[in-house]
Amino acid sequence: MVESSQNDNIEILTYSEVEEVGGYIGNFEVKIRKKARLVDLEKCTGCGTCYQKCPVKVPSEFDMEMGMRKAIYVPFPQAVPNVPVIDKEHCRMFTKGKCSICQKLCQADAIDYEQEDEIIEDKFGAIVVATGYDLFDASVYGEYGGGRFKDVISGLQLERLISPSGPTGGHIIRPSDGKEPKNVVFIQCVGSRDVEKGRPYCSNVCCMYTAKHAVLLKEHLPEVQTNIFYMDIRSPGKNYEQFVQRTMEQFGALYIRGRVSKIYQRGDKLIVKGADTLAACQVEVEADMVVLATGITARHDSKEVATKLGIPYDEFGFFTELHPKLAPIETVTSGVFLTGACQAPKDIPDTVASASGAASKVAALFSSDRMSMAPLVSTIDTSVCSMCKACMEVCPYGAIQEEEITLRDGTKKKQLTVLESVCHGCGACVSTCKSSCIMLRGMTDEQIFDELMAVAQ
Amino acid sequence: MAYGYYPGCSAHGTAKEYDISTRKVCVKLGIQLEDVADWNCCGASPAHATSEELSLALPLRNLALAEKQGLNSIMTTCSACYNRLKVAHETVKESPETLDRINDIVGEPYNKTLKVTHFVNFLSEEVGLEKLKEKVVKPLKDVKAACYYGCLLTRPPELVTIDADPENPTIMDGIVEALGAEAPDWSHKTECCGASLALSRTDIVVRLSGEILKAARFADADCIIVACPLCYANLDMRQSQIASRHGVDYSLPILFISELMGIALGVNYDELGIDKHMVSAANMLREKGLM
Repeated sequence: MVESSQNDNIEILTYSEVEEVGGYIGNFEVKIRKKARLVDLEKCTGCGTCYQKCPVKVPSEFDMEMGMRKAIYVPFPQAVPNVPVIDKEHCRMFTKGKCSICQKLCQADAIDYEQEDEIIEDKFGAIVVATGYDLFDASVYGEYGGGRFKDVISGLQLERLISPSGPTGGHIIRPSDGKEPKNVVFIQCVGSRDVEKGRPYCSNVCCMYTAKHAVLLKEHLPEVQTNIFYMDIRSPGKNYEQFVQRTMEQFGALYIRGRVSKIYQRGDKLIVKGADTLAACQVEVEADMVVLATGITARHDSKEVATKLGIPYDEFGFFTELHPKLAPIETVTSGVFLTGACQAPKDIPDTVASASGAASKVAALFSSDRMSMAPLVSTIDTSVCSMCKACMEVCPYGAIQEEEITLRDGTKKKQLTVLESVCHGCGACVSTCKSSCIMLRGMTDEQIFDELMAVAQ
Repeated sequence: MAYGYYPGCSAHGTAKEYDISTRKVCVKLGIQLEDVADWNCCGASPAHATSEELSLALPLRNLALAEKQGLNSIMTTCSACYNRLKVAHETVKESPETLDRINDIVGEPYNKTLKVTHFVNFLSEEVGLEKLKEKVVKPLKDVKAACYYGCLLTRPPELVTIDADPENPTIMDGIVEALGAEAPDWSHKTECCGASLALSRTDIVVRLSGEILKAARFADADCIIVACPLCYANLDMRQSQIASRHGVDYSLPILFISELMGIALGVNYDELGIDKHMVSAANMLREKGLM
């Protein structure tokens, strides 16, 4: 991230949101809201005095609410740029109208409580969508406590506990009492492959991250016993299967094939009841901590983003590619590409591969002055067109535009035209046009009639 | 307005005190109950294990009779009856073909107009906790009453549940708290007691019910509050067997929710039928100054 921030050809707009997208491939007109971070990007030196001295503590989103952050904060240690942002909802200047400690202490005079959102409007040649995913909210699993038990945590929470820069400085301890766990249960497929919970798909990454967690736990706490309830282990990546085997053989993880039916608290222990379907018996594990392998779900606002970009999404909110096998990076809107988990659950190698693919697609597009497209596009016979504009309304790609031309006698006239680079030749305009003045190349009325005649003979 | 009341078979036998205390409590609350005339068995668990049509026809006849009698709602105290009546009602509501078929069998048309409730959601929705609080004359101070819901009051959730959270229901807890008692959050609210395996696999019932008693004791409960005759039978009657099998004598009084209410609303102990229980609640109630 730091490297890209220093590249002259890359401009990073953080804390910004795309509001509107217009135009078409090579000519996207994008309106971006650069939110007011209330800290001057140019002046701030990143010294950190402001967040050290800020008196307001708020649960940290990055630490999965297991640690605290300040009301003025840098979201995570490696954030680019290393400039803090003020959280208006909690900052005392906004809740109580007084404080300004950070402003008084800032030597660079970078704090600006009056700063306002900035709107950037610019033209772009292509758009790569890499909006990522949300973690499935495991609280719908009432049988696993529904969020009532402090020591039932998500995989991402464990990730923060293991991290040296996490809320515990890398010490793996129970959130409830700070003790080191001796017996840890992992439950796979929480919010994945579960039709009941509306998530029939596999989240792709949980089998491997759970194996990794079991290894890391054992390395941190040699006394720990890990028990992993799984449906089946999905490890098809390169060297993945060997890693899972090592987790069992070298790191003593106990893999139990079966689902957990219930977790309940008995004293300071969590009783995990489940089935071992290989041994055909019920099992009960007395655990100190339970880690749920919570699945991947589409971002909560993915549908709004898709609407802005004019790209389709599936029933779960993941963006849909142009073709699942032959065009996995392109979308139906030319010039908009997908990468990462916004399209479907993906692990790191898959994400890097799709990101490289998208970058190459964009580079290829920009490398030439002309674009080759499929020739089957619509054309409008402007001498017949009555300008009713019904075609503009039905076109799903926004390929029909109004243009002004100057006639030979100098008068100006408005007419409709098809942007050939945007048209996909779906034919919606052809069947809508009341005066039959739109024709699809390669599929003209004459051609259709000829086909019918041939069939009828 | 009178509310339709479907007592169910257990109310004539093992859970007679549930019926007695429910009627007493309703008098105290000023609620008029009207029995469904000529009611028959709801089919409980044997019917749906035998035939789908029988499992729908038996409860549907009761619903049709209640409707014919001019009732708008039907309330039952038994979880199994509630489950069958509600499942039958919901099934025919969704499927007109099934309704036609079953109407043919029953010979009485059911028009799907009834509101089917269990005593517990009847209390919290129809009566209301505020009104209940007003009627309390003997607040159940210092009583720790673990509410036990069992299986049939919350499952299957899409058809019958009386609580928004079927895994951790709190609707009975709310009622118990309105009576002035404390309802501990405990682990075995919805675990199965072994139910109808009481005779065929007593060993399973003894194990499962034993675990429920153990969990209630762990939660420091003075008694377990039930809303189902079968849960009551397993938890109350099996305690001596559980003691000899597990070596722990819990002696934990099991009370119907209506009995606990009766005490709080000022019904005489002798009139509630609590003395019919295997595990006496008298000592516990005396200790708490409630009798």
